[in-house]
Amino acid sequence: MARHVVAAVGEIPPGGRKLVTIRGREIGVFNLDGAYYALINRCPHQGAALCTGAIVSRLEAPMPGEYRLAQPGSMLRCPWHCWEFDIRTGQSWCEPEDVKARSYAVTVEPGERLARGPFMAETVSVAVEEDYVVVTL
Amino acid sequence: MTQEAPPSGAFSGLAGAVDCDIHPVPPDMRALLPHLDPYWREHVERRGLERENLDTSAYPPGAPINARPDWRLPAGPPGSSLAALQAHLLDPLAPRAAICNLIHGAQMMISEDLSAGLCRGLNNWLAAEWLDRDDRLRASITVPVHSPELAAEEIERLAPDRRFVQVLLLAMTELPLGRRMMWPIYRAAEKHGLPVGIHAGSSFRHPPSAGGWGSYYLEDYVSYAQGFAGALNSLLAEGVFQKFPALRVVLIESGVTWLPASLWRINKTWRGVRAEVPWLDRLPADLVRQHVRLTLQPFDAPPDARSLEVLLDQLGSDELLLFSTDYPHWHFDAAEGPLPAGLPPALLRKITVENPLATYPRLAAA
Ligand code: FES
Repeated sequence: MARHVVAAVGEIPPGGRKLVTIRGREIGVFNLDGAYYALINRCPHQGAALCTGAIVSRLEAPMPGEYRLAQPGSMLRCPWHCWEFDIRTGQSWCEPEDVKARSYAVTVEPGERLARGPFMAETVSVAVEEDYVVVTL
Repeated sequence: MTQEAPPSGAFSGLAGAVDCDIHPVPPDMRALLPHLDPYWREHVERRGLERENLDTSAYPPGAPINARPDWRLPAGPPGSSLAALQAHLLDPLAPRAAICNLIHGAQMMISEDLSAGLCRGLNNWLAAEWLDRDDRLRASITVPVHSPELAAEEIERLAPDRRFVQVLLLAMTELPLGRRMMWPIYRAAEKHGLPVGIHAGSSFRHPPSAGGWGSYYLEDYVSYAQGFAGALNSLLAEGVFQKFPALRVVLIESGVTWLPASLWRINKTWRGVRAEVPWLDRLPADLVRQHVRLTLQPFDAPPDARSLEVLLDQLGSDELLLFSTDYPHWHFDAAEGPLPAGLPPALLRKITVENPLATYPRLAAA
């Protein structure tokens, strides 16, 4: 397991995302209201580029006709067959226990600490005065 | 009630079964007159309706499939004689109970009030002429299917009579069955612990095939399976099982084998479009296994044990099927018996006894 610096904090705004490649693996990094999450860019259904899909809310209804828009922006909709996945966990809406997209641990760390290493920063240059999004993989 | 003969022939080993679908019919409209409210009796007589039989074109009595040759009667339409039903079925089969489902023009007339008046008469006739005379008989409540409010009133009227164990609808009527306008029926049925039986057939407000009017009875009859798929999809998509969580639905004479493919399709499609029906919050097939049952005859699987095994595996539950003969319809011959070949013995008991008792609480209590 190694820590990979994938972005400076300001680079991914809330509701935004960044696609990165770490050790040959494509990963989508998302900012949900200031918290960061990372998912593999491969849909567990048939392999579409999941992290390029639309970011949507949880549409729920405890009863027919009682509509609720819950947790805005927390779901990712696959561009191919529109299955929905929770950005925070990778769990699918339809079968959360059985169908999941691989997720990775994400932390935010100050450049100062990163400078002490070890970390990998293939594409991001690290300055001690900034904070960075770090994916462990 | 007649003497029960010991079970014999093709029915041997089935004593105590619950036959979940048999079809009495009135011999003619005149037989209903004494059971109509006075107003509707006079209405019928003034219009000369007592000279009509109000058969439905879904089940023309002359079509071979709609009466086994040895169950036809010397006079009157097949299914119109209690004595014949006893001799043909009840005595040789010796069922614990048999559920009468009336398919009759009364339930699908365009005039809602006349439809409701005739349905009341039919239910009264069935109670007086059949249920009162053979205590093995139970019945579905016949309702005016195009008038959910009046249908719910009829359910309320008859619910205290515990011999009525179900509410009867048709697969294809004016609206897809899940639509909210139909909900008064489901509300009343759920309240009284009555499953809703959805019988094959149509009130022909639209073609039985989604593609238009066919030329032949063959097309109509085969297309009834599509009608069931449509009715079931509507119940699922409209959220009927969320709104009425205790509701049970029994698909009667559906043919059964279309169901797995239909469930695969709705499960698969649901994953991508479920957001438009957000109340449908679990695999549709799981809801079906929880809420929906199917009567056995007619059974469309090829007549070999291997095909049966595959189908049972695809259905994914041993609780779905309910024994039925579909008397007097012609789905099996005297020598053949009413069960598909190769049914495992444990399943036989589930289908003939346990599943019906679990589905119809009023039978279990009786
Ligand atoms: S590949 Fe993602 S839903 Fe099919």
